[in-house]
Amino acid sequence: MKDQFVVPARLKTTSFVLMGIGLLTLLIGLFAFQGEHGSTRFWAGLLQNSTFFTLIVLASTFFIAATTLAHGGWQIGFRRVPEAISMAVPVLGGILFLLLMILVFTGKTHIYHWLDTEHVAHDPILTWKAPFLSKAFFTTAAVLTIGLWSYFTLKLRKMSIEQDSWDLSKETGKRIIWRNTVWCGGFLVVFVLSVGSTTPWMWLMSIDAHWYSTMYSWYTFASTWVSGVALITLFVIYLKRNGYLPMVNEEHLHDLGKFCFAFSIFWTYLWFSQYMLIWYANMPEEIVYFKPRVWGEWRPIFFLNLLINFVTPLLFLMKRDTKRNYSSMVFIAVVIIFGHWLDFWQMVGPGTYQHLVFPWFEFGIGLGFVGLIIFLVSNQLTKAALVPKTHPYLKESIVHHT
Amino acid sequence: MAVKNFVVASFDDEAVLFPAVKKVRTAGYKIHDVYTPFPVHGLDHAMGLRETSLHTAGFVYGITGTTTALSCMSWIFTTDWPMNIGGKPHFPLPAFIPITFELTVLFSAVGMVLTFCYLCQLAPFVKKHIFHPRQTDDLFVMAIEVTAKTNAEELKKFLAGIGGTQINEQRAEAGWWYGRYDREDRLFDNKRPEPVNA
Repeated sequence: MKDQFVVPARLKTTSFVLMGIGLLTLLIGLFAFQGEHGSTRFWAGLLQNSTFFTLIVLASTFFIAATTLAHGGWQIGFRRVPEAISMAVPVLGGILFLLLMILVFTGKTHIYHWLDTEHVAHDPILTWKAPFLSKAFFTTAAVLTIGLWSYFTLKLRKMSIEQDSWDLSKETGKRIIWRNTVWCGGFLVVFVLSVGSTTPWMWLMSIDAHWYSTMYSWYTFASTWVSGVALITLFVIYLKRNGYLPMVNEEHLHDLGKFCFAFSIFWTYLWFSQYMLIWYANMPEEIVYFKPRVWGEWRPIFFLNLLINFVTPLLFLMKRDTKRNYSSMVFIAVVIIFGHWLDFWQMVGPGTYQHLVFPWFEFGIGLGFVGLIIFLVSNQLTKAALVPKTHPYLKESIVHHT
Repeated sequence: MAVKNFVVASFDDEAVLFPAVKKVRTAGYKIHDVYTPFPVHGLDHAMGLRETSLHTAGFVYGITGTTTALSCMSWIFTTDWPMNIGGKPHFPLPAFIPITFELTVLFSAVGMVLTFCYLCQLAPFVKKHIFHPRQTDDLFVMAIEVTAKTNAEELKKFLAGIGGTQINEQRAEAGWWYGRYDREDRLFDNKRPEPVNA
């Protein structure tokens, strides 16, 4: 039984190649997108990718917190995988924070037009929103959210590794459950107040500062959560294929597949709820968001989004066998992550550089982030045993049966 | 359905039941059914039952619901009685989606419940033979069909050897029939404890 992960040379090379592609794209972009308005695409591409990838690694912390609070036992066998993925939160969060500060404080990026104080003074809607959409509030909220996410993530990881050296008795078992429950509960409060409520409004929705949708944050959350589960699935399958995680089998994969299936439908539910109410009310200040997306240049992407993120997982994952098959789960996980990346693209693009373009720059930066995630996660996986042996629910995970 | 002979054995625990099921199957006896007080994970595999087709039925009911809702609404609003509602087109697909969704769920849910009842042979005014009154209470009851090749006496000894208790032979209807538990033989009548007067 292999319990200690060693990073294979091939994985390391892959991650460096992907990061190299990302850096190269960044450099090319820096020179290709010059000028006051040309650089908009550069910053928009970075914003889209760094928010998307930060939020999908954060979904791993959410996975740990939600399953812990639900007193779930089935995930313990591979709990170290979401833990390792979540350890990318401080790094990606740091990159995102740096980017947000550049966007807000250099004043040359044309991503958030609520930054233009003269314009805001003549714009009643933006004047009304000014206390919320201000540099001070934006910065404070960004520091708080990214700081607290990182803090809780590190704390959960630290507790989990610390527990490995404990002897499992009734008392330590109770203590493990209790303190994990408390810290996961604390994290969920932060998570719901940030990702579930205001953070996507500030970072992404304020690109279209006149427009608002109360569904937006939930919609973003659903997007990143289903991709986050897909990411966990990919790493679990990778480890399994390389002979690790002996306790994880089709039963666990089946449950991960159910998560992918169910939350793809949940995403569609939110997608539709947001779209249908705006379509039905047909009010100019709301319809402005869907104008370029449904009736403009972005129309093919808008419907491709629905096809990839709803129809494909729905039909593909409906059968029991596809959820229990390693290859088909790899396929659908990649499709889901790509689909939601596309979703973020159509959330950011129309409000910033407006015209539909071939997304070579965005995709290259995305590959760079994928490389960075592979690099960070594979490093973290080596830092602890792959199975948390002292967890009191470990047996539940071993005998798990869907 | 037919009246058949059964050898019935009771087991106290699922830990005894599982190996017993395996041994009975290996010995070549035909298990009619195993009754348990609660759902036992993996028992269906141990008994060698085939995968249920309930989900396929659910899918079929679901798409029936989708088709019914969409075709009905589009026929009404485009052909039968076109109405102008808030200036929306006569075929407003987004407005149809909630009802389509609900009818899909309704059809598949109701259809699956009824199919499930049919597969389990459960229905009002329908009776099934009960092999042991405690089979839904605290006993795991295994009924084995006595076929032409089965030697009932040997089977009884075999069952006693693998942990079965209260082994007996019963002649009963294997399927369901019209009847009511409160009209026909009342299982617990003669076992009801005398009321205690304080």
